[in-house]
Amino acid sequence: MYSAGIDMGSRTVKVVFLEELKVDGAPQLKWGVKGKHIMFPEDLDADQAAEKAFDEALQAAGIARDKVTRVVATGAGRKQVKFATADVTEVSAGAKGAVFMCPTARTVIDVGAEEGRGIKADGDGKVVDFAGNEKCAAGAGAFAESMSRALQLSLKDFGQASLRSDKTIPMNAQCTVFAESEVVSLIHSSTPKEDIAKAVLDAVASRVTAMARRVGIEGEVALIGGMVHNVGFVQSLKTALGVDQVLLPEMPEYVSALGAALLAAENK
Amino acid sequence: MIANYGYKDGSGEYYISIDTDKCISCPAGRACLTACPKGMFEIITDDYDDEVAAVKQSFRRSLAFDCTGCKPAGGYSSLPCMTGCTPGAIKHSW
Repeated sequence: MYSAGIDMGSRTVKVVFLEELKVDGAPQLKWGVKGKHIMFPEDLDADQAAEKAFDEALQAAGIARDKVTRVVATGAGRKQVKFATADVTEVSAGAKGAVFMCPTARTVIDVGAEEGRGIKADGDGKVVDFAGNEKCAAGAGAFAESMSRALQLSLKDFGQASLRSDKTIPMNAQCTVFAESEVVSLIHSSTPKEDIAKAVLDAVASRVTAMARRVGIEGEVALIGGMVHNVGFVQSLKTALGVDQVLLPEMPEYVSALGAALLAAENK
Repeated sequence: MIANYGYKDGSGEYYISIDTDKCISCPAGRACLTACPKGMFEIITDDYDDEVAAVKQSFRRSLAFDCTGCKPAGGYSSLPCMTGCTPGAIKHSW
């Protein structure tokens, strides 16, 4: 039998299945079966997007729907997943998944498309303290994405470009709209793209670090969410946190879905 | 668990922290629900199935403005939510 976690993000839907095995009589979990569905404009009905993503993931994994006993939903659209047996916040799912993937992590930084958050967790992946930013989009992946478009760089090149800069250009605006106008000013003043890219990623990292500091940085720090793929952001975050190492789990965008699946398996 | 609701913007950091461990068996009879003149608090069942206080979603982006009336400039010497919450679960960051 299987448990499933579905993370209804604002841009993508991620699905993870956990197989419940019995090894020498003791229950064990095997995971790794996953699916990802990018939401298109026709998926504005989140319930339909969830159904579509779940069906695609089942098909990819070769699992019959009736073999999935529990589905826990998480993410911004978790309430729209009508077939879920329960739902949990992104905070609990992220902490659970991150500590499962990186057992030594006690501070989890989650930067998704829509929001960033800092979480302190215990050894079981239970949330001890958390802070998000309900208002600021400048600490989220969508901001970096829109700035990469302004610079006419792909997201991958955007991150790589920032690594070629050693300049520190402060971006003072806290709001994405004003930050974007700062970027436009930098473009007009012929500032090299790599310096602008670093300024943007430093700004996102500083906003995310403020949330992590609010909960207190303890133990090792794990970064989850799609921004893990941005090498420039990872470097900016290390600098902002003042640490040499940030734990980067494999398949970081699936960590919250994995956390939800783990909670489903624990019968949450 | 300490839940921080709020935001940081260009003017400052505005968070209401709720120590939910102190909420679980509230000896103050959920006083936060009535103490806040704006009714900003609600009781939710969190992800660990505990009934705890939280700041309503609709107030989380405007704490700097919504709480102004209860700050010293509004004539209060102590915040009604913090005074009402005798277990000391509620704290303001500003």
